[in-house]
Amino acid sequence: MTTPWHYKSAMEIRNAVRNRAVTATEITEHHLDRIAEVDGRVDAFTQIWRDEALAQAAAVDEKARQGRELGPLAGVPVGLKELLATRSGKTTCASKILENYRSPYDATVVRKLAAADAVFLGKVNMDEFAMGSSTERSTIKTTKNPWNLKCVPGGSSGGSAAAVTAGECAVSLGSDTGGSIRQPACLCGCVGIKPTYGRVSRYGLVAFASSLDQIGPLTRTVEDAALTLNTLCGRDPMDATSADLPVPDFTKALTGDIKGLRVGLPREYFTDALGAEMREKVEAAVDVLRRGGAEIVSVSFPHAQYAIAVYYIICTAEASANLARFDGVRYGFRHPAAKSVEEMYVLTKSEGFGPEVRRRILLGTYVLSSGYYDAYYLKAQKVRRLIKRDFDEAFEKCDVIAGPTSPIPSFEFGSKTDNPMEMYLADIYTISVNLATLPGISIPCGLTASGLPAGLQMMARPFDEETLLRAAHCHERMSGITLGPPPIA
Amino acid sequence: MEFEAVIGMEVHVEINSRSKVFCACATDFHAPPNTNVCPICLGMPGTLPVLNVDMVDKSVAVGLALNCAISRWSKMDRKNYFYPDLAKNYQISQYDLPLCHGGWLDIEVDGAPRRIGITRAHMEEDTARNTHTLAGGQSGVDFNRCGLPLLEIVTEPDIRSAKEAHAYLTALKQILQYLGVSDCNMEEGSLRAEANISIRPTGQEAFGTKTEVKNVASFSGVFKAIDYEISRQAQVLRSGGKVIQETRGWDADRGVTFSQRLKESAHDYRYFPEPDLVPIVVDEAWEQRIRESLPELPIARKARVESQYGLSAYDAGVITMTRALADYYEAVAAAGADPKKAANWLTVELQALLTDSKQEITECRVAPAALAELVALIESGDISGKMAKDILGDMFITGKTARAIVAEKGLVQISDSGELAEIIRRVLAENPAQVEQYRAGKEKVLGFLVGQVMRATQGKANPQILNDLLRDELAP
Repeated sequence: MTTPWHYKSAMEIRNAVRNRAVTATEITEHHLDRIAEVDGRVDAFTQIWRDEALAQAAAVDEKARQGRELGPLAGVPVGLKELLATRSGKTTCASKILENYRSPYDATVVRKLAAADAVFLGKVNMDEFAMGSSTERSTIKTTKNPWNLKCVPGGSSGGSAAAVTAGECAVSLGSDTGGSIRQPACLCGCVGIKPTYGRVSRYGLVAFASSLDQIGPLTRTVEDAALTLNTLCGRDPMDATSADLPVPDFTKALTGDIKGLRVGLPREYFTDALGAEMREKVEAAVDVLRRGGAEIVSVSFPHAQYAIAVYYIICTAEASANLARFDGVRYGFRHPAAKSVEEMYVLTKSEGFGPEVRRRILLGTYVLSSGYYDAYYLKAQKVRRLIKRDFDEAFEKCDVIAGPTSPIPSFEFGSKTDNPMEMYLADIYTISVNLATLPGISIPCGLTASGLPAGLQMMARPFDEETLLRAAHCHERMSGITLGPPPIA
Repeated sequence: MEFEAVIGMEVHVEINSRSKVFCACATDFHAPPNTNVCPICLGMPGTLPVLNVDMVDKSVAVGLALNCAISRWSKMDRKNYFYPDLAKNYQISQYDLPLCHGGWLDIEVDGAPRRIGITRAHMEEDTARNTHTLAGGQSGVDFNRCGLPLLEIVTEPDIRSAKEAHAYLTALKQILQYLGVSDCNMEEGSLRAEANISIRPTGQEAFGTKTEVKNVASFSGVFKAIDYEISRQAQVLRSGGKVIQETRGWDADRGVTFSQRLKESAHDYRYFPEPDLVPIVVDEAWEQRIRESLPELPIARKARVESQYGLSAYDAGVITMTRALADYYEAVAAAGADPKKAANWLTVELQALLTDSKQEITECRVAPAALAELVALIESGDISGKMAKDILGDMFITGKTARAIVAEKGLVQISDSGELAEIIRRVLAENPAQVEQYRAGKEKVLGFLVGQVMRATQGKANPQILNDLLRDELAP
C-alpha cells in the first residue's frame, strides 16, 4: 500500500509538484478533504482558508504551467499558529481579546513561505497567547492528541503538532518560548525544532516574551524540518534581533554520518523527575546515537534547578509589557459597559484575558515593580547568564546535548489545569534552551506501553542547527522507529 | 527671609529625522491626522521596533556639542504606563544608561558667564496626541506624532533664576539649530521645556521640595512660569505652609501655575531593558566621525567673527545668533564687502525688512553677493546711503541686483563737479533773496539751498561735493 499524500513528507510533495507528478491544487484539495475527515475529532484547525488555499495552489500550478521554476516548498500544505500575523483570516492568539482581530500585514515568515510557493490551509490552535503546555488554555477550542483523543497535544503549539501528526498538513509553524514547539512535538510524536534565537525573524509573531520567543517548524521528518528552515531563516531588517549570518542549506547537513560526534548527557536531566518509561525510551535513543559512532560524554548543568524560576520571572515580566497594548482602545475586544478610560482598561483586560494570562501579567508586573526589581528580575537575569554559562562549558566537552523533551508523555485533559506549578514542570527540560538562546529539537523516539509518543531532545551550540539536524536525522534513519500513522487514521 | 531658587530643566527636542525613530513613517508635522502611521508605530500585535541610526547620529552630535561623554554601550528600556496616546502602553526610552551624560553648557547672564551642568541626554519615542474637543463629546487620538524621535536633555539643578533659565534655553536652542537637528518650534511642540523648581533660604545647602512645571508652549511662558512659581513657593513658606511635591501646569492666559498631579500618585514605570532592540554600541570611530562633522558652534563662531572681521562684540553676537545669519554674513564679507559696513547693513536695514515681512534670512531674495555689491556702490560714491536704503527695499521685493536697479532708474549719483556747478548756478539764480540772506550771515539758509539742488537733481547729487561747490559759489 502506498503512503497517502497526507502522510507523505513535505520533501516528497514538493518534489512531486515540481516534477508535475501532481498539481498543487490536487495536493491542497486532498488535504482540505483530510481536514474535513479528521479535524472534527482532532480540532487542530481554528480557521480553514479553503478559497485562499486553492487560489494559492492555482497560482503555483500556473507558475509551473508557464515553465517557471517552483519554490522549495512548492505545493506544501502549511498550518500557521494563531499568533502569526496574517492578512488572511484572523490573528486571534486564541484569546477573546483578539477574537475578531485582523492583522493589516503578514509576518515575515508567512511572506517567506508564500514566496517559497507553500500553500496555507489555515490557522491552528494554541494556548492563549502561547501561555500553557496543553493547549487547554485556548478560548477557541480544545485540540486533541491524535494518539489518544482523551489526551492533550501539549502546548502551546498543540494545534501545530496535532495537525501535522494527524496528516492535516505536512508542515506547521509554531512558536517556542519555553518549549512550546518541542514539548507538543514530543507529545504528538512529530519533529519540532526551535532555531537559535535570532535565526528566524520574529516580525509578525505576536510577542509573549520577546527575549525567548522563536518561530520554528513542526514536521513529520527531520529532512522536512531542514527544508522548511532553509526558507524561514535569515536576517530580517524588520527585526533588530535577527542575526546577520549566512544561512547554510540545512538539507545538505543531513549526511547520515555522526561518527566522532560527541553527545553530552546532562546528569541533572536523568533524575527521579524523569518518568521511568520516558527515561527508557530516551536512553534507547542515546544508544542509537552511540551505535552510529557518536561518543557519549557526561555533562553537568549546576544551575538547571533554577531554570523554571528564572524563566517564569523573565517571561512574565516581558509578557506584562508585551500584552499591555491589548487595552480595547484601537482594536480587539472592548468591554461595552466601561464608563471611563480606566474602567475600560480594567474591564476589557479582566474579561478579555483568560486566567493563565492574567496570572502571568500580574506576576510580571509584580517582579518589575520598584522594590522588587532587584530581588526578582535583575537576579533572574544574572542566573540566566549562569545557565547560559553551563551550556558554554558543556559545549567544550560535546557537540550536541541529548536528553528527554518532556518528563512524561501526554496526559489527560483537566489533569493539570488546576495546578499551574505542575503544568509549568512540563517544560522543565526545554526552558533552559530558550534562556540560553540555543537551538533545540525534539524527535520521536518510540511509543509508551499506553501508546503515547516519547521524544528525544537535542541541543546544539548557537547557530549550529546543522549539527543538530544531522544528529537528529541520523537517529531517525538508524533507529528504525517509525511511529506510523496515529490511531486517528 | 531671603530665598534662593534651585531650578533644573528638562527639555524634549523633536529630532528632525526624515523617518520616525522605530519605523519608516514620515515625520511631517502638518500631515492630516493618522496619515503618517504604520503597523509598527501603531503598536499593532507582532510588530517590532528598529532603531533609526540617524537619530543616534544626531543625538551624539547634540551630546558632543553639550560637552557630554558618549556612552560606548547603551540600550533602550521600556517605560510602562497606560494611556490612550501610547500605542503599546509602554514607551521605548532610555533609563539607567543614557546615550549622552555628564556635560555642560556655558551661558551668559547679564554679561557674566555661568556654566549649567548637563546630567544626561537620552533618546526616546514621542507619544500620540489626544484631542478631547471633538463633536459629540468624543475624544480622538492622532498617532502621527507617535514614534517621532525625541531627545530629552536634563540639566543639573544649577539654574538660579528665570533669567538664567531663559538664557539656558536660548543657548540650547541656538546650539540645536546650529547642529541642524531640530527646528525647535515650541508652538509645534518640537521643543518642550519643563522646569523643576524649588526654593531654599539663601545659604542653605539642602534642597527644598520641588514642583515640576509642564506644558509650557513658549520661552516667555517658561520665564513667567518660573517667576510665578518662585514667588508662589516663597509665599507658601513665608505663611508657614509647606510646598507639595507635584506636577503643575502653566495657564498662559491667567499667568498662573496650577496643580495637575500629586507625586504621591506618580507611576511606578517598571523600567526594564527593551528586549526587541539590540544594545547601541557607539565606538570611538563613530563618535569621531560625528565630532568631525560638527559645525562651528555659536560661542566659537561669535569669537571668530568678532576678531576676523573686526566687529563689536554686540554685532558679532547678533550676526551669529543663528547659523543661517552667520552664514549669510560671511558670504557677504567673502564677496568683498567692507566687513563692518556689511555688518551694519545686515543687522540694521536688512534685518528690519525681514522682521517687517516676517521672513527668515534663508527666504531672503537679496543674495549675499547682491548685498556686498550694494555696500560697494556706497563705498565708491556711486550711490548715497539714502539711495541705498531705497534700493535695498527694491532688491528685497524684486530680487534684482543693486546695479540693475540703479541702471533701471538712472539713479547714479551726480559727482561730476562741472555738471553740479551748472545746476547750482541755476538754483542760485532762481533764489536771489536766499542768496542775499546767506551772504548777510544767515547760515541756516544753506540747508534750503541744498534741498533745492537735491530737488533739481532728484536726490542724485553727491552731498559732499554739492556742499563744497555750493559754499564756493556763495562765497562773495
